[in-house]
Amino acid sequence: MAKKLNKVFIDVEVDPSVAGDVALAAKLEEVCPVNIFKGTESGVEIVEENLDECVLCKLCLEAAPAGTVHVRKLYDGTELS
Amino acid sequence: MSILLNRDTTFIVQGITGREAVNLTRECLDYGSKVVGGVTPGRKGREVHGVPVFDTVAQAVEHHGGPIDGSVVTVPPAFTKDAVFEAILNGIKLIVIVTERIPRRDVAQMVELAEIEGARIIGPNCLGLIVPDVCKMGGIGGPARDAAKSYAPGPVGVMSRSGGMTTEISSSLTQAGLGVSTAVSIGGDAIIGSAYAELMPYFEADEETQAIVIYTEPGGRMEAQLAQWVAANDSRLPIVAFMAGKFMDDEEMKGMSFGHAGTIVEGVEDTATEKIARLEAAGIRVVERIDEIPAAVKEKLAA
Amino acid sequence: MTIIEISSTWAFLVPPNWNLPILPPLRIGSAPLMRFYEFEARQIVELAGIPVTKYGFCKTADEARQAAEEIGGPVVIKSQVLSGGRMKAGGVKFADTPDEAAAHAEDILQLEINGQMPRGVLVDPKAEVKQEYYASVVWDGTAKKPLMLFSDMGGIDIEEVAETHPDHVGKGHVTNLMPIPDFEAKQTIAATGVTGSQLNRATPILAKLARLFRDYDMTLAEINPLAELTDGSFVALDAHMEMENEAVGRQKVLLRKQLEIAEDDTRETYEPSEFERNVAAIDAADHRGVIQGKDHGFSGNLGLVIGAGGGSLTLTDAVRSQNGRPANYSEIGGNPSVAKACGLAKEVLEKDGVEKIAVMMSIVSNTRVDIVARGVIKACLELDKDPAETIAIFRIPGAWEDEGFKILDRYGVEYCDRSVSMWEAAGRAVAKIQGEAASA
Ligand code: SF4
Repeated sequence: MAKKLNKVFIDVEVDPSVAGDVALAAKLEEVCPVNIFKGTESGVEIVEENLDECVLCKLCLEAAPAGTVHVRKLYDGTELS
Repeated sequence: MSILLNRDTTFIVQGITGREAVNLTRECLDYGSKVVGGVTPGRKGREVHGVPVFDTVAQAVEHHGGPIDGSVVTVPPAFTKDAVFEAILNGIKLIVIVTERIPRRDVAQMVELAEIEGARIIGPNCLGLIVPDVCKMGGIGGPARDAAKSYAPGPVGVMSRSGGMTTEISSSLTQAGLGVSTAVSIGGDAIIGSAYAELMPYFEADEETQAIVIYTEPGGRMEAQLAQWVAANDSRLPIVAFMAGKFMDDEEMKGMSFGHAGTIVEGVEDTATEKIARLEAAGIRVVERIDEIPAAVKEKLAA
Repeated sequence: MTIIEISSTWAFLVPPNWNLPILPPLRIGSAPLMRFYEFEARQIVELAGIPVTKYGFCKTADEARQAAEEIGGPVVIKSQVLSGGRMKAGGVKFADTPDEAAAHAEDILQLEINGQMPRGVLVDPKAEVKQEYYASVVWDGTAKKPLMLFSDMGGIDIEEVAETHPDHVGKGHVTNLMPIPDFEAKQTIAATGVTGSQLNRATPILAKLARLFRDYDMTLAEINPLAELTDGSFVALDAHMEMENEAVGRQKVLLRKQLEIAEDDTRETYEPSEFERNVAAIDAADHRGVIQGKDHGFSGNLGLVIGAGGGSLTLTDAVRSQNGRPANYSEIGGNPSVAKACGLAKEVLEKDGVEKIAVMMSIVSNTRVDIVARGVIKACLELDKDPAETIAIFRIPGAWEDEGFKILDRYGVEYCDRSVSMWEAAGRAVAKIQGEAASA
């Protein structure tokens, strides 16, 4: 079987300042329709294999404090805002 | 003007709390359609994009304070018949059935009841209908902004067995500066509420409509029925047709179904070749290429 | 279709469905019907209260001998396959004694007909027939009602009778909403000129056939021949039934309990290819969007990643009419995930002989252009192919097209919007693949 690539089109990053916030992590897991965030006991984890499924809906940006979640479009170098 | 819909048409959405139905409701409201209620049993009291949800059609009618013109039915196949019966017997006269995979027996029963009660069914397995810049009933054309891009008002009536191709063809007519009077996605099933010939009298009576475009596929007899209607009624409307699925005429494709449930060649009469011959014999222009449609319409309008 | 040689001794030990692998049902490329074997059709007719001759469904030569003994007298042995042309293929034989019946059964049980091994044989008495009739019910899609057909010239092809002796074919519609009354059947039969006791005996049979057609969601219920025996009684000698696939779910009692047909026994018209199975599996694994793929009858070099029912038909024609050679047929509908679009594109790309793919659809409103673009580019990258070289053309206008075009720009893939027609886009793909072949 051929290789599987992740993070070809989209990268998502959560600011270290809030990445450990368990409540925010749970919220992000709930709002993202394609399960890119996973809430754990130590905060939020990014699910690598789902990154390219991002539908650019901005729900994560709206759920988190301004400027703490970054959704980058790797194909044109811009960031979702 | 238009057929079946106008600026004042009111309708409900049955199954309004389903995911696709929520989107469709948003799209219709944005387009300016009057969605006056929704029905999902057990969900009375909720709202979907500001549209009140009821348990029964009767409650929706009562809340509206008078007859409601139409209903878009999006409930699962096992419940569609009941929902449509409920709509018809509560006085609704125009029913768009979006649901796919409904057994034929159920469809035939709905159609027979509609006939008795003087109601008209569009679909099943369709995207509904649209009068450009006036009203859209169903998911046809997508979000209001996209629909506006594909559908401009004009003299051409469109009927199509494929929902997606209704928009593709209308968009090409819009781009060519022609535009659309009313476009109807009639549905892809073997038995549908309104075939081409059954909608022709409406277009015939609509002053704005000057020509008709149909999109058609192998399978079934509705093209033969249209050819007969045209021959018998001395229609004022020139018709341009496009036939997809010609590859299905190949020997190795016999008995196979592609695209829609109704698209299966079961006998000689329902092959693409045979249908094209019948349509042409009735004076209908059948174009070979999809992009020849606008020019063919212009030619017919000039003649 | 692989043909496996099995010796006659082994044939009886192999379960009758050995050549039908357990698969998710294919939604395209197979007839949208549940087909029945003759022995099952016979059971259905019996359940509906229509008289049949005493018969035996047998899986071994011994069983066939026993059946022939019980029936007594000359018998017919018929191969149970889902295929026409049994008589010609040697699948129907007559026997005067139980030994002869067993010998014929042994032969027929190992005889493959149109790629199918029989599920068994039907042993039937050779009836003393005075007259053969024809009775059937089908859907009339124009009238939107079941249509009964009856003829006093049974045993032969009804379409031929309709052509040569139209006055011997009676037609009548059946109500959808009311219980089916006998008179509707009577009218249909009387139209052929049949009267007297024949009319009175045939009427309840046709009415029952119409009821079973409606109750069991059939698309075809046919008795041919319906025989009047020398004693004046009527029996169904042969029956043919097809049920609508959409109704299989609500006909569980008939299918699973009464006929004991297994859930995975889906009765495809042909064995699905590896490509078709793989695409079906990818589709089943993820509920977002719908993808379907089929390659039965296609063997070209241009892979098609195309969408929606009508769009796919239009595009397949457009490729073929411009002398392109499609490697497959496909449909993308709803709003599939990137993974699903990628999975379909990969399956297409991995097919033998595929050089490039064309990614095309009619204007989309639900499916997203950028999601499909990501999927097909990912498929190329994961297979170590250059998207710019591999994707001959990308023509999907509509929802999120601006975002999609940015992605395609980044990878140098040629794309177009709605100003380029589906025909033209298909033509460009064909020209590209042929241009390369010419310069190679
Ligand atoms: S933009 Fe939407 S899909 Fe993308 S990561 Fe945020 S929530 Fe998930």
